Amino acid sequence: MKHLNLILLTMLLPVCMMGQQRISGKITDSKKRPLQGVNVSIKDSYDGATSAADGSYSFTTDAKGTQYITATLLGFTSQEQKIFITGPQEINIVMRNNVNDLKVVTISAGSFEASDEGKTTVLKPLDIVTTAGAGADIVNALKTLPGTQQTNDREGLFVRGGTGYETQTFIDGMMVRNPFFSGLPDQPGRGRFSPFLFKGTTFSSGGYSAQYGQGLSSALILESTDLPQRSSYTLGASVIGVSGGLEELMKDKKGSYGVEADYTNLGPYLGVVKPKYAFSKDPEIIGTSANFRRKTSSTGMIKFYGYYNQTNMGTIRPSLEYPGFDELFELKNKNVYTNLTYKESLGHDWKLNAGFSFSSNSDDLNLDTLKKSNPLHGKNVSQLTQTRLVLTKGLGQYSVLRFGGEYQYGVEKSNFGGWQANYVDNYTAGFVESDIYFTPRLLGRVGGRAEYTSILAKANFAPRASLAYRLTGNSQVSLAYGDFYQKPEQQYLRFKNDLGFTKATHYIASYQLVAKNYTLRVEAFYKKYHDLVKTGIDTSTTGTGYAKGIEVFWRDKKTFKNTDYWISYSYLDTKRNYLNYPFEVQPDFAAKHTVSVVYKYYIPAITTNLGVTYSFSTGRPYYNPNLPESKFMSEKTMTYNSVGLSASYLTSIRKAFTIFVLSVSNAPNIKQVYGYRYSTDKLRRQEIVPNMPRFIYIGMFMNFGIDRRQDVINNM
Amino acid sequence: MKRILFSICLLVGLASASMAQSAQYEGAMTKQVAMLDDSTNFTPDRLLEIANTFERIGAAEKSQWLPFYYAGYCYVMSTFMQKDNDKVDDLADKAAVNIEQAEAISPKNDEINCIKSLIATSRIRVDPMNRGMKYGMESANLLVQANQINQENPRVYMLQGQSLFYTPEQFGGSKTEAKKKFEVALQKFSSFKPASSIAPHWGEAYTKGLIAQIK
Repeated sequence: MKHLNLILLTMLLPVCMMGQQRISGKITDSKKRPLQGVNVSIKDSYDGATSAADGSYSFTTDAKGTQYITATLLGFTSQEQKIFITGPQEINIVMRNNVNDLKVVTISAGSFEASDEGKTTVLKPLDIVTTAGAGADIVNALKTLPGTQQTNDREGLFVRGGTGYETQTFIDGMMVRNPFFSGLPDQPGRGRFSPFLFKGTTFSSGGYSAQYGQGLSSALILESTDLPQRSSYTLGASVIGVSGGLEELMKDKKGSYGVEADYTNLGPYLGVVKPKYAFSKDPEIIGTSANFRRKTSSTGMIKFYGYYNQTNMGTIRPSLEYPGFDELFELKNKNVYTNLTYKESLGHDWKLNAGFSFSSNSDDLNLDTLKKSNPLHGKNVSQLTQTRLVLTKGLGQYSVLRFGGEYQYGVEKSNFGGWQANYVDNYTAGFVESDIYFTPRLLGRVGGRAEYTSILAKANFAPRASLAYRLTGNSQVSLAYGDFYQKPEQQYLRFKNDLGFTKATHYIASYQLVAKNYTLRVEAFYKKYHDLVKTGIDTSTTGTGYAKGIEVFWRDKKTFKNTDYWISYSYLDTKRNYLNYPFEVQPDFAAKHTVSVVYKYYIPAITTNLGVTYSFSTGRPYYNPNLPESKFMSEKTMTYNSVGLSASYLTSIRKAFTIFVLSVSNAPNIKQVYGYRYSTDKLRRQEIVPNMPRFIYIGMFMNFGIDRRQDVINNM
Repeated sequence: MKRILFSICLLVGLASASMAQSAQYEGAMTKQVAMLDDSTNFTPDRLLEIANTFERIGAAEKSQWLPFYYAGYCYVMSTFMQKDNDKVDDLADKAAVNIEQAEAISPKNDEINCIKSLIATSRIRVDPMNRGMKYGMESANLLVQANQINQENPRVYMLQGQSLFYTPEQFGGSKTEAKKKFEVALQKFSSFKPASSIAPHWGEAYTKGLIAQIK
């Protein structure tokens, strides 16, 4: 009988255990707010429940004795608690907010990032292409961001009281010596590189990383694309030229190669729309490029990009010096750019980035006051060879240490009417920088950069530091400080190399709120210039200056249906004493107030994207030699207004996805005056105005294979 | 004798315990899967609750792919019901975590590919401009792979049809092409025999609903 009891007990054991106990309680966050949707359960059992809106949960379980109760919820750290079940139990759980990668603070002072990767970046690469009036030019699109000047009469990006020379361009970490097409007087060349080459663009208006040097004001950091999704062929035609290309993804999907060619000739367009000054040679551009990308392992990648381009053009304009005569200016440019990079993870949190680049640029100039003087011939050649190596070591969960070095060998040759001025420069730089997360909300970046150039026979050390603190999920404040050094421009170094580095010190404070559909940024800065180039009897680096200001950026993609718009405002107070300036004044490239409004509207019914860009800036100072020296740069030009329009229609022709683009810069043909140029005898002056104040672009782009159209159409 | 008896009892006891376990799995899964056949449960809150239950079952069972599969299915379906774009990525991440667990248990599974394709599709809407190409292509590729694994899976045709149905014609979408896919899907549905009562079998009613809109 005793045995039988035992047998029965054994057989019934699992059934006996069915005696259920109720577990209940409440789940809150650390601020005692109830949490809904939490999955509460007894570990390794089915028993559990989901918490209700008031945070309460309740379930029954067969489990007894020592058990673990777990609670999980998206965005919170999972909790596990040991409990001992003997009867009904009430268990309240407090869950902690989980700081994941996306919410970790990042350095934001002074920098605008346009990238596919980040979910909360301010501008995406396609924003650049679809900004009306920008003509798919990276730099023109960036001119709708705060901190930039509407200096469309000069080459480059003028940032926060700095000149175009003070902005340096980098592709995959390698400096680009000639990022712009060579231009004619008052008609600057646009950027050489198509926005489609890059997956990420970072525009830093100051305080940037110690990885980059030789830019006093700003860095434009471009990151090239990786492997394409599949092979494709492209064809383009427009009022100014034709282009074609192919991109082939290799069979194993680990590599790709591509070639592109384009031909541009403004002749036919100029036959219809007369420019202010005639062209002696209609602008003509022949370009080719080739690329190769190959994954060398699951983490390694080798990339090559090579580019060759030649430009030929010339203008004739009335002579300012000799009334009744014409000035001829002709230019032949040849440009080669190559960039080879390799990246790989070395294990143990080490990463390697290596690069090699060679570029060569030659400008052949022909200047002639027709029927008066003999033509003057000039030739400038610059070559830059560089190598760069960067090692990155991950420290703990988020922090990293980065260090590396670069070497550049530059040859600058100049021949002007028989006068030769050549030089060679060996530039070496090393940097160390660390991003340290004190907490996931508080990030410090400290680093330094040391440089030496043989032409100046001088070295410098530039400390850099930034701090960022996240206030709430979406908003953060950042501070940045740094010293920035740059060699004087080639035109001065050619003639005198006993100069020093020019220097700027940046102080930046910024606040930013970045949600998925809107962005607000407010940034204040102070920049102190030292050792700027002074010309006169002798050239020296003794100039001074400062720039300070406040900038606001607002972008909103949500409020209005199918509409995306952004507004930038920049206030700039800057003065400098450089070149031939008698004392510190507001320079002729700086406007006090600048506003840009970009508006994009998408009409789904006709798959058309409309865009309007309005830019405004107050007048820029100009030098009137008829006034006493005390009034140097005291007069200002008229305010600058520009309205750009664009419409793109997306459709398919046979099997090719096709985009038709109509874009008009300065559509209402508003008069724009950038300054005045005076004759030597001070009696006559010429307005500096755009040669083609309104430009109408009509083009089509066909793509067989990859649907790039989808990107554009969805860009609302 | 005592000892033998005791051993037998113990064995019987253990066997009944494990049978109970398996019965418990079948029972719990049948109950939960039935909930997914009921359209009234298709609200974000309800789906989250059901997903939670599947996650619990999955965590307890460890070697069954279906609980993780259904948890992923619930999460990805809830993304399509979300009004708030900002929540889509988190839910899609959660769906992805579950479906990856399912895939670790059952690799090269056409049903799992279908959910992965849906996850990719769900992410597009957060930022169509930048994500359209990447995730659209990923979604389509996953369906091609699923089709290679099992040409008889009706959900693959249904999802391909759905993609054609919702893509505007200017972008390669086509209601007539969609209808063709739906018709193949319905044909496959009629001959489709789920491996068990808890194996994936959703989509037929939905396909009929979409095809009705074309007619």
